[in-house]
Amino acid sequence: MLEKALTGSKRYWTWVIMLLGIIGVGFIAYMYQLQEGLGITGLSRDVSWGFYIAQFTFLVGVAASAVMLVIPYYLHNYKKFGKIVILGEFLAISAVTMCMLFILVDMGQPMRVMNVVLHPTPNSVMFWDAVVLNGYLFINLIVGWTTLGAERKSLPPPNWVKPLIYLSIPWAVSIHTVTAFLYAGLPGRHLWLTAIMAARFLASAFAAGPALLILLVMFVRKTSKFDAGTEAIQSLAKIVTYAMITNVFFFLLEVFTAMYSNIPGHMHPIKYLFVGLDGHTNLVPFMWTATVLAFLGIGLLVNPATRKNESILPFALIAVFISAWIDKGMGLVVGGFIPNPFEKVTEYSPTIPELAITLGVYAVGFLVLTVLYKVAIGVKEDNAYDTGHH
Amino acid sequence: MSMDRRRFLKIAGVSTVLGLGGASVMNGLSRRGLEASQATVTPDPKGLTAKRWGFAIDVNKLGSPADYQKCIDACHNIHNVPSIENPKHEVKWIWNETYEHSFPGTEHEYMNHEFKEKNFLLLCNHCAQPACVRVCPTQATFKRKDGVVMQDMHRCIGCRFCMAACPFGARSFNYRDPRGKDANGKPFIKVENKTFPTRMIGVVEKCTMCYERLAIGQQPACAEASNGAIVFGDLEDPNSEVRKIINSKYTIRRKPELGTQPSIYYVIGGSEHA
Repeated sequence: MLEKALTGSKRYWTWVIMLLGIIGVGFIAYMYQLQEGLGITGLSRDVSWGFYIAQFTFLVGVAASAVMLVIPYYLHNYKKFGKIVILGEFLAISAVTMCMLFILVDMGQPMRVMNVVLHPTPNSVMFWDAVVLNGYLFINLIVGWTTLGAERKSLPPPNWVKPLIYLSIPWAVSIHTVTAFLYAGLPGRHLWLTAIMAARFLASAFAAGPALLILLVMFVRKTSKFDAGTEAIQSLAKIVTYAMITNVFFFLLEVFTAMYSNIPGHMHPIKYLFVGLDGHTNLVPFMWTATVLAFLGIGLLVNPATRKNESILPFALIAVFISAWIDKGMGLVVGGFIPNPFEKVTEYSPTIPELAITLGVYAVGFLVLTVLYKVAIGVKEDNAYDTGHH
Repeated sequence: MSMDRRRFLKIAGVSTVLGLGGASVMNGLSRRGLEASQATVTPDPKGLTAKRWGFAIDVNKLGSPADYQKCIDACHNIHNVPSIENPKHEVKWIWNETYEHSFPGTEHEYMNHEFKEKNFLLLCNHCAQPACVRVCPTQATFKRKDGVVMQDMHRCIGCRFCMAACPFGARSFNYRDPRGKDANGKPFIKVENKTFPTRMIGVVEKCTMCYERLAIGQQPACAEASNGAIVFGDLEDPNSEVRKIINSKYTIRRKPELGTQPSIYYVIGGSEHA
């Protein structure tokens, strides 16, 4: 099936070459980082995780969100998702690939990565995160490839793959829960020390992931003969709506607990994010942008008139996606380190090489996604041609 | 720490198969070799042993900035701790910090200014329930039976999970090559102590309670340089000097509410020995 990715229009190849170019720049930046060390990033003794780990955290959510298609289709027999469930699984594969690369580029000694396997440590959440992420990658590769292969032959997927599909449901929940536990189990980091962290992660994931998927599906509809159907898009948009409302609600619960209890340690990071702390305000404009976009997105999605309008819907989805990205991809990780254990503020902002590496990893993810989508859509177009419905 | 032939072949073989580059493995092994030559197979009979090592630090006995600096220099010089000026990339095993930042949340608006600004010597707390050890994915940081929280800089993958976990800011990451030079061409390690390993870029390091000195019967370097202000001993031994101080004086620990159970006690007040 992979041969379908080797033929394409001029636009397809321009896009692929552009991605390869960005990957090249990112790779050169990474060679520089490997040579000079993580000192070339904006990271510090106080803010020891930054953009890389934040992107990893956000993308685990995108990966987990495939379950929002798998549950309705495989557990509730919601046929409208039948055509796009593969796109969700392939998005998950691309997202997990990026997650792993972000972990790798964040490591001080990446050539020692196999130490995690040579010295397995069950008391470390990071060990379990490696286990569940690798497992999720393989489950989606096997399920996605097998079901698509069956579809090409106009056959139902083989029976042996069914248990794997059901397993993928709790497994998707596990990847984001374990990722939340990386943060939620640490003493002394007040922003992260919250029982609702995993729930928040899942809510934000089920908003941002499907939002991205709808945008991709709309793009695919424009550029190919494959149409997922209005009903599938609208159902997915409703999932985005309620997940985003839940996400904002959970966040407000955090704000209430911290502010009403009036415990300084709990208030400090939230103050840092929204009003600044001791005159340090780097993230304030971003967090308010996220807030405005969250409410704008919810407003446009809740209202059936604007949600059903397919020229407005993409803007609502972009608003939700960017809002969730700022919250997780910037605020959550950096905010957890501010103030530091001495209640002093060291701020963080990514450097140019750090951003180049980040873009490079995203480009790898998009390349994986492009190739997988090209294959999936090729198969679907062939089938539509064979059976005569266009 | 020493490695037999079988284990060497296993690791080298696995690494080669995985294409991880033989050269870096060989480097890793030769650094290990250096450490192995220090640790003897049969323990030195002069070596100090305890059930749980700990410190009592009397900051009132550390009067001048020079007194603090003596302890800091003693540690940093023998452990080849690089002096990197940029505070973002700073590496430190022991340093001083004012009361209000050492014990955040306990200062108040009526506290006398002198006490608020009083310097405290801070270092790894060698907690009985260390969060860093709990989170490390490779056991590069681990707890010894005698309470020392160790750091194996040769196994560390540089994920910095331990830095997020430590509520005491006791861990430093080598953002720069510690064996390198600053912008003016001055080496970060002024005079290298050849009997202690230097570190490579991209690993986490911290105070290891002078395990290499304990093994040959010497006190930790900071305690030795402190002129009696830092007392080192076995917290589990009721007759040890450190226990006598804790029994007779008012001591505090950093962030005890987090349950990590620090092994460093700061003497605030109380009579001389009971």
